[in-house]
Amino acid sequence: MLPLKEKDKPIVQKLLSAGCCARCVLRFCCVSVQAAYRKPPQVRLILHEEHDSASPPEDPPSKRAKLEAGPSEEDAAAAVKLKDEESRVCVVCLGILQDLCGPAQALKVCTVKAEKYEFDTLVLSVSLPAQLCVREVSVSVWCHKQTPKSIAVDRDDLIQVKEAFKWIMQGLVAKELGGVASLFEVSVEFTYPETDADCHFLATTCSDCFKPTKNKQSVFTRMAVVKALEKIADAKFLKHYPSPPAQPTSSCIPQDVQCLHMSVFVAGRYNKFCRSLPQTPWVIDGERRMESSVEELIAAPVLSSFRSDGFNFSSSGREDVDVRTLGNGRPFAMELLNPHRSRLSRAEMKQLQETINKSSDKIRVRDLQIVTREAMSRMKEGEEEKTKSYTALIWTLKPIQREDITFIDDIKDLTLDQKTPLRVLHRRALAVRQRVIHSMNTRFLDSHHFYLGLKTQAGTYIKEFVHGDFGRTKPNLCELLRTDTDILELDVESVDVDWPPSIPE
Amino acid sequence: MDCVEQKDTEANAPSVVDRYYTRWYRADLKGKTCEDHCILQHSNRICVITLAHTHPILQDGRIIKSINYQISNGCSRLNNKVSGKSKRGGQFLTDFAPLCRITCTDETEYTIYSCIRGRLLEVNENILETPNLLLEKPSTEGYIAVILPKFEESKSITENLLSREEFESIVAKRTVDQSQPT
Repeated sequence: MLPLKEKDKPIVQKLLSAGCCARCVLRFCCVSVQAAYRKPPQVRLILHEEHDSASPPEDPPSKRAKLEAGPSEEDAAAAVKLKDEESRVCVVCLGILQDLCGPAQALKVCTVKAEKYEFDTLVLSVSLPAQLCVREVSVSVWCHKQTPKSIAVDRDDLIQVKEAFKWIMQGLVAKELGGVASLFEVSVEFTYPETDADCHFLATTCSDCFKPTKNKQSVFTRMAVVKALEKIADAKFLKHYPSPPAQPTSSCIPQDVQCLHMSVFVAGRYNKFCRSLPQTPWVIDGERRMESSVEELIAAPVLSSFRSDGFNFSSSGREDVDVRTLGNGRPFAMELLNPHRSRLSRAEMKQLQETINKSSDKIRVRDLQIVTREAMSRMKEGEEEKTKSYTALIWTLKPIQREDITFIDDIKDLTLDQKTPLRVLHRRALAVRQRVIHSMNTRFLDSHHFYLGLKTQAGTYIKEFVHGDFGRTKPNLCELLRTDTDILELDVESVDVDWPPSIPE
Repeated sequence: MDCVEQKDTEANAPSVVDRYYTRWYRADLKGKTCEDHCILQHSNRICVITLAHTHPILQDGRIIKSINYQISNGCSRLNNKVSGKSKRGGQFLTDFAPLCRITCTDETEYTIYSCIRGRLLEVNENILETPNLLLEKPSTEGYIAVILPKFEESKSITENLLSREEFESIVAKRTVDQSQPT
């Protein structure tokens, strides 16, 4: 049964004569039956089906009789006109809903690229030139002028070109690839350089919608164009743009298909045993200042196993280059971008962990596992809220004896006022942060050295507590011991976050 | 932990300043003999302005009477406020912008200058409460101000400054000149 109703008839004729294709006619009539769009794009199949099946009772018999009658001269002319209409490129969708979607295109989309991916679910995404919005409005306004009482012009109900495209293509592509729907994204993009100028009038009429861009990219982004079209009054629109739109001479050009798998998240805890390894690559002015980094050492084998293009590494806090991370290690999580492989068994994950650990003696990884995106927030919790434990090797200017440092063991919950340390002030805001040192313990070494253990609130700058940072951290160890003190070595003993869940060896 | 080097004497231990800062100098500020300043430049380009050990304030057992950050009717360095990562709002200083005026009990007065171009981040308020810090620890707790040079200028600001060796030789020359019979 045809989804078009009797009341749609006048608008259908107008749309066809303006230069719309059959599927765009359906869209402007707010037809939301997906199956209607999946028929081949010929006008007679989509719009004139009614003489095939039983027609609705409201149809006057005379009309039916006319359609069923043999081809008259009038009908022959109409048939020729129809054929002409069908070969034209649609003035609204520029061919996207005509020859550019269907089983042949689905096949093109499913190229070798897509076949090399493992995936469970697929999503089709479409990028259309911004001019389409302008043309859509032009036809819409024209319809409204022609038949003011038609409900087709309520813009909210109109089916978007993108939607119709997906209704037609998604199923076909999925069938071709053999998947079902979601984690894997196939992106199809169309461009239409011929009518880039279609949008230009909007720049002068709605200049506040368009931001100047620094790159060579077009100022006429889809979002900006849509915003401008919403603002502009119909009358003003008609002054600047033809309605109905001018007949295009060619269709849109399909660009290369992009295939993208949704990110996979891998988490774990890392130890750092080296005092000359930064957490992230240290590069200044294009020159690498220090060899390798924690994230690169961990990422290399992981990227390889998941066949991923890139990654984003984050962790629950960070340590300096010259600080070791001991104990259970620091929680981290990596977002793997566009992985060609998304599932690894427990055994395979264990194997991957082994590979990382064997690759370098500078780091060690444990509890390696796949987690969800939501789990990332658990890790960031630790950065602000949880406690950390450290051991520092302290040097004192004045000679000390065992008894001189025992009082430190009794200090509990010492609140510090720490101004942003000078060593990070170039990239952090100037502020005073209150941080608590919950407890400390000391181990005497010699007259100028001792080990200091500390359990502190997250975000406490240990080095500045020890040397005072020009007196900008108060109180500090120099004040407590009444001598200049400095920190020679620092180790992180524990990061007290109970995530990710531990995986028994 | 791994092996610890025994550092016997105080002199052997490199301080925080030695480890992370480069010492630059400006001598005889505004033509006034021996009013030398020492600029501590961190590897991240932030500079700390301090008195050089040769500055008159630190000589002859002087005692500080007052330190004033109000350098003119309309401007007090204490009103300096910076916000955000880019330190917006900080007073922009040129080489000879005054930071503060220090008066000693023997009625001598000295002006301390910025020495470099950049944005003022903070002045040391601890020395207002405890002026002795300036006398006892001029290179650390007794610092005067912290300045952030413009990123583009972070290397060029040292062009007008003396390196440690250059400064030491100027100081050495002074002693020689002083001992010359007139």
